[in-house]
Amino acid sequence: MGLTSKFVSFWQQLFGDSVRAFGTVSLVLLISLAIAPAKNHFSEWRHYQKQYLKMIRGRGEAVTLQRHFQGDIQQVWLPELGVVDRCTTCHVGLKEASLVDVSTQPFRKHPVIPHSLDQFGCVMCHRGQGPATTVQEAHRSTLAWEQPVLPAKYIESSCGQCHRWELTGTPTLNEGRHLLTANGCVHCHTVKLPDGTTMKATDDPPSLSHIADKTSREWIFAWLKDPKAYAATATMPNFKFNDDEARDISAFLIANSTPVTGDTVGLNAKAAPDPSAGASLYGESFCASCHAVQNTAGNLVGGNVGPELTRVGSKVKPTWLQAWLRNPDTYDPETAMPHYRFNDQQVVTLAGFLQAKSDSDLLANVHLDPSTPEQIAHGKHLVTDYGCASCHEISGIKKPENFAPDLSRIGSKAVNQLIFSQGMPHTLPDYIAGKIRDPRASSPGLKMPQYTFSPAQIDSLTTALLSLNERSHSLPPALTVAGTPDSNYQPAGKAGKLMRDLACFSCHRINGHGGDMAPDLSWEGSSVQRQWLIDFLKNPNTLRPALIRRMPRFNLTDAEINELTDYIMTVYQSPAVDRDSMPLTGFSPTQVEQGRQLFYSKYACQSCHIVDPKNDKGYIGPTLTQVGSRLSSAWVYHWMKNPQALRPGTTDPNRNMSDDDARALTAFLMNQKGSAEAKKK
Amino acid sequence: MTRYLLLLGFISAGLLSTGCARKTLSEPAPKAGAYGSALVESSGGKQVAAVGTILPQPVVVQVNDQQGNAVPGAPVAFSGPAGVTLDPVSGVTDSSGQFATNVSLGEMAGRYQITAKTVNKAQKRVELKLEEIALGYQQVLGWQLNDQYCDRCHNSESTPERVSNYDNLEVKPHPFGEGGTLNKMGDSELTAIINHGGPALNKSPLMPPYGYTLSKTEIQALISYIRAISDPPYKTPGLVYAKN
Ligand code: HEC
Repeated sequence: MGLTSKFVSFWQQLFGDSVRAFGTVSLVLLISLAIAPAKNHFSEWRHYQKQYLKMIRGRGEAVTLQRHFQGDIQQVWLPELGVVDRCTTCHVGLKEASLVDVSTQPFRKHPVIPHSLDQFGCVMCHRGQGPATTVQEAHRSTLAWEQPVLPAKYIESSCGQCHRWELTGTPTLNEGRHLLTANGCVHCHTVKLPDGTTMKATDDPPSLSHIADKTSREWIFAWLKDPKAYAATATMPNFKFNDDEARDISAFLIANSTPVTGDTVGLNAKAAPDPSAGASLYGESFCASCHAVQNTAGNLVGGNVGPELTRVGSKVKPTWLQAWLRNPDTYDPETAMPHYRFNDQQVVTLAGFLQAKSDSDLLANVHLDPSTPEQIAHGKHLVTDYGCASCHEISGIKKPENFAPDLSRIGSKAVNQLIFSQGMPHTLPDYIAGKIRDPRASSPGLKMPQYTFSPAQIDSLTTALLSLNERSHSLPPALTVAGTPDSNYQPAGKAGKLMRDLACFSCHRINGHGGDMAPDLSWEGSSVQRQWLIDFLKNPNTLRPALIRRMPRFNLTDAEINELTDYIMTVYQSPAVDRDSMPLTGFSPTQVEQGRQLFYSKYACQSCHIVDPKNDKGYIGPTLTQVGSRLSSAWVYHWMKNPQALRPGTTDPNRNMSDDDARALTAFLMNQKGSAEAKKK
Repeated sequence: MTRYLLLLGFISAGLLSTGCARKTLSEPAPKAGAYGSALVESSGGKQVAAVGTILPQPVVVQVNDQQGNAVPGAPVAFSGPAGVTLDPVSGVTDSSGQFATNVSLGEMAGRYQITAKTVNKAQKRVELKLEEIALGYQQVLGWQLNDQYCDRCHNSESTPERVSNYDNLEVKPHPFGEGGTLNKMGDSELTAIINHGGPALNKSPLMPPYGYTLSKTEIQALISYIRAISDPPYKTPGLVYAKN
């Protein structure tokens, strides 16, 4: 029998007569009809739902859980957010408070968050494929889908889509955003934020246009080779220049430098004879409030507003340093360093002390022959090529535009547009983290420099970058929580000029502009008494016993102090506090005594404050021994009523005090004038 | 079919060989005869971090011999539950007898047990178990608030940058890790003392009230954090359901 005849007989068996034909067709129809339900029946999500039902059967609250349970595919649909999430089909118990003890997924209760699932769905925060109904498709990037579920360590990036500003519950995101600006990433990479502003760097790389006045070519060479060898806190990354490149760049920068008149004038004065005078002056001037120095144990001690000074003697030229200490504005009118009014002997003494902070190893192996025109030309070429002018002002070289890729939407970058280095998992977060960790891994020709971030810092940076995605740019504005960007407030007139000269804004914030190391002064005029302010500016002392960073003494003249005091007392007033609405003295002894009792018993203020230095020990708040000579009574009264209204974010708790209690406490506090001798000091 | 099998074979062979290659690269071989008899924690136990994130400090263990002297060159291997990553997983102790690893916790809030192992002379396993704590969103919020508002009184540890106020207080608060005391207080008691201050529970007014400073959500977050870090661990009282 041939193949054809076999087929014919088979055909006859199935369709030989009408009954046979009908039966066969019906069978085929039935089978095909059954495919869909069978597929459904054996589907993954049904399997999970069955498992869930089995699990809850054994529990005490089974009836309640059973009542909440809804079979079939579940969906959260939020058209305005573009969310179609079926995750709750398998994650059945997300809203069941009683399932906190269940650790097997997908049945765990969702941990507490400030948003409701019904309003936000799942993929807004977790990414992944909302409409998918299998584990693979929902969680991993299978098929042509780009969006796998976000690992938990980056989850705060999703908060950052709507919350454009610092948020207490998201330390990783906050840190990442801070690192992006503080390490100058955004000098080279443009980051346009969804609110239309551009992220600004907060580091302040120095101008290199006059660098030959300040330092030597040898130092530049050593710095270019490894900034961390000079200062552990250096924020300049390592460009991995070879010796020739460092030689040529240093040659160019020195040749390109133009002198500034008056920035290298040596003084004739003699240093103070006492060898410890320099250290004392450094301490008294509170240089350490802003500058760090590595101690013998290798720990950095001091602030980070200014550069680290551990090896400053190996860097700066003596005449430049003297001129700088006399008045830093001569070399850099924009500097964050205050203009201390040092006399010549003080300048020489302090300069000598700093010059001795040197490290003979740093430049020991740097020997440079005089530079050649070719080297200088090559150096200029390298400076342009590596985009040095993105960060530094360099005369004759324009700041390059869009030097590095724009990162405004990096959090949505398609994986197929990325070049992964070997061994790197093919996901966007892994790519970003890998790029920060080892920027030139995918090709040695790349120019991005090497940073030395810790693994936690890399995760923070990645988190912040992932928050910059398409969704963050397309959210309905009503959903976004805007921040309060820095203002560019500048005080006016002579006092304003003086405040810039003293760089008050490097530490203090006023009307939304300035640093956060020292108190906000926006309402200082309502808060303090005139005479106290005058005395404080003459001789600042710390108000908090536990504070190590302090306000320096600037050696101001009486005229300057008057100028500042007048300005602060008249301009920096709170609309909520009328300074003259309450007398400073004349409280009745009964009221003072009533206040004392409230202070020590009902409100137990001594847990944070000191009024009587013999018995009180509280360290957290300011010392109040002389508060009656320092603050205005109206300010104290309003502070008692609601501290956060006067200083948002202060940790002094609001006690919801009655007017009477607040008045009595004000009387008691205003009675603390300090001893006559303490006042003299 | 055979094509696929072959491919699979190649892939697994490749994976194996890269795995091995990495091992030989990053792990110095144990010193011959470098055996300890005990593993002790040097630092890094009982740390707290947000879920999935890396612990602030590495976990450092030390291998000691019978006399309690550090043993350099001894093999150490770490392991942890699913979701925990350890970098590096294993190696040998350095010249001071210590071995450190960076730990990232898993994706679920809770406690994670990390085990360090070495072998003694008799090739018997010696183990050390360490516990680390992963915090969910609410607990991270509480953690941050604690740092801002509570820590300087409730934590006696002092640094020059942040001087503790603990020693200055006549009545001593409990560090929030002290489960022995805090676990006995119900959520409603904790809420009461945080809201209204010490006197709410007949305790000292040195504990200030925060009910007009922090929101309800924030106080819940603080309690959730206190529960998360308590030692011994806090057990939720079972939910009570009406019988049907
Ligand atoms: C000024 C110091 C101080 C601050 C700040 C402070 N506490 Fe207390 N707290 C105390 C003192 C003192 C006690 C002990 C009272 C007693 O035992 O009589 C206490 C007790 C407690 C207790 C009862 C358990 C124990 O330790 O005895 C809790 C809970 C508590 N505080 C929570 C908080 C929280 C939450 C915060 C931050 C929002 C906070 N505290 C801030 C001083 C403080």
